[in-house]
Amino acid sequence: MADVPSAALYRTVALIRGFEQRAIELVRSGVVLGGIHPYTGQEAIAAGTCAVLRPEDVITSTHRGHGHVLAKGADPARMMAELAGRTTGLNQGRGGSMHAADFGVGVLGANAIVGAGVPIAAGAAWAFRRAGSDRVAVGYFGDGAVSQGVVLETFNLAALWRVPVVLVCENNGFATSMRTADTVAGSILGRAAAFGIPARAVDGTDPEAVLDATAEAVARARAGGGPTLLECTTYRFDAHHTWEHTARPRYRTDAEVAAGRTRDPLEIQGARIPAAARAAIDAELGSLLDHAVRYARTGPHPDPATALDHLYATGLRGRAGAR
Amino acid sequence: MPKLSYLKALNRAIGDEMDRDGAVCVFGEDVGVAVTHATAGLLKRFGPDRVLDTPISEQAFTGFATGAALAGLRPLIEFQIPALLFLVFEQIANQAHKFSLMTGGQTRVPVTYLLPGSGSRESWAGQHSDHPYSLFAHVGVKTVVPATPSDAYGLLATAIRDDDPVVVFAPSGALGVREDLDFDRLVPVPLGVGRIHRSGSDVTVVAVGHLVHDALAVAEELAGSVSVEVFDPRSLFPFDWSGLAASLERTGRLVVVDDSNRSCGIGAEIVATAAEEMRLIAPPRRVTRPDGAVLPFARALDLACQPTRAQLRTAVEQAVNGHPSRSAE
Ligand SMILES: Cc1ncc(C[n+]2csc(CCOP(=O)(O)OP(=O)(O)O)c2C)c(N)n1
Repeated sequence: MADVPSAALYRTVALIRGFEQRAIELVRSGVVLGGIHPYTGQEAIAAGTCAVLRPEDVITSTHRGHGHVLAKGADPARMMAELAGRTTGLNQGRGGSMHAADFGVGVLGANAIVGAGVPIAAGAAWAFRRAGSDRVAVGYFGDGAVSQGVVLETFNLAALWRVPVVLVCENNGFATSMRTADTVAGSILGRAAAFGIPARAVDGTDPEAVLDATAEAVARARAGGGPTLLECTTYRFDAHHTWEHTARPRYRTDAEVAAGRTRDPLEIQGARIPAAARAAIDAELGSLLDHAVRYARTGPHPDPATALDHLYATGLRGRAGAR
Repeated sequence: MPKLSYLKALNRAIGDEMDRDGAVCVFGEDVGVAVTHATAGLLKRFGPDRVLDTPISEQAFTGFATGAALAGLRPLIEFQIPALLFLVFEQIANQAHKFSLMTGGQTRVPVTYLLPGSGSRESWAGQHSDHPYSLFAHVGVKTVVPATPSDAYGLLATAIRDDDPVVVFAPSGALGVREDLDFDRLVPVPLGVGRIHRSGSDVTVVAVGHLVHDALAVAEELAGSVSVEVFDPRSLFPFDWSGLAASLERTGRLVVVDDSNRSCGIGAEIVATAAEEMRLIAPPRRVTRPDGAVLPFARALDLACQPTRAQLRTAVEQAVNGHPSRSAE
């Protein structure tokens, strides 16, 4: 752990926080269509886990994926351009917020189907081990995903075949409006125990605690010890999705949110570094993110004639009424 | 000349491709002992690193295959039952298939899904008799239905080499077909190129999978009176539209025989596309399973739902001689 400086962890947390604040502004102003699932409050998990990973390790992410993608090293400007649907985006505007992918830095894609990325991470990790390398994969998923059959099937396969995958459950207390206690029978750690997978409860608001736990899990994976489950407890400060600000479903009180916000990864990690260092990072990120917004806003929109590029498809021509 | 059975052709294709490319590996239930025969001998030849018996976890191992493909492998998954495709439709149609587009071309997902025994097997009843190729053609997943041993070999080899997901349906009605051929002549067959099994001048019968053999039998029966061309598309997506158009230039009449449900099936697509874009001098006909069919258990009921040679013969005669419209019936 000592070899990841506290300041670097702070910078990742602050980068994600700042990126999303700007993304939310761009949702409000209509530049980013479709909205986003804010990661605000959960940044410690992405920052702490990805700090342990090497560039050639891979992750699969979720619908709430900006934090993971940025922490793994994707360019914030190209990420913002992807949210804005520009050709300059990570996925040339074909993926958007819920599918952001950057194979160059090991991001095999955010995924909009709850739990779907978990077998994909495990399959990639299995292939690495089979090739004789010590690369690992991390599969992120929410507390809601532990009710998906495919996730539990993957636990079984990963344990059976000693797959070098770290299963990172981000328990933010909610699946949309449903409280974890109302959707998860038994416990999340108990699911790992049933498959013989080592598991740990982690303070998911503290980047250094997450980093420690991940370092242990990754070391086990690289050494051939198979999967580990980390249940990172955290709290989602913001809406499930930016749409929520218009629909305003009531599933938690303002007082509860205020209490949750008192464990803020940005403040927890910020307090660990000198004020001057923090200010310098904030200033650097400010201009970096200003650039990202400009880059996203000014990137070209894709040509509609290329809508099916990259796909095996018969194409846009030849449909009755088309010219 | 040696005889090659359809199942042996599938088996040879997998073995040859595994020999050719170390990235090819096989996942599936009981593939080690090869309960379906398609993977016979492969475990012994290539070892447990490349031929993996899986737990009964279709969704997980289908997702696994996508991840393994993203990490450089070329997995082939064998499914014992065609209806298992309903379980893994998410992992194929919504994940593997969409990665290339959603990532803006950063990756392709080269996984082959093999169904050795699709469609009705004698009285295997409701949950074992589906032939769901139209679903995959509909969403744009490459979809292949070989009718003969040499095509089974060639199309499966191509599917394994293809950089996209491909579903290969081996109809149970074709598994028993044998072909006299020189094994040296087994070669990959490209997707999207149909095959004319018999030339004719009066009517084109488009037959999918094992029904090619029924179409050939009917063509023979009618040989004195009607000249039937039998066109096997071999892959349903991509479909050989230009090959069909060329055939209809010659015959101008179309009958499609397809062992899947009528409504929204591939048969409807073929008839509609021909009507929109090709030369037809008579109304086209299709012979399919009924709308919304689920194959019942009792043999007579099962057979009552499948396209028959008698139906095909009637449809061909109607296409050639004209037939009463519905309102006149
Ligand atoms: C399989 C599936 N079911 C339902 C949805 C709709 N959906 C999107 S996010 C979400 C809640 C997910 O909760 P959780 O896994 O706890 O993640 P969180 O949103 O809290 O990060 C739901 C139900 C979906 N995308 N996929």
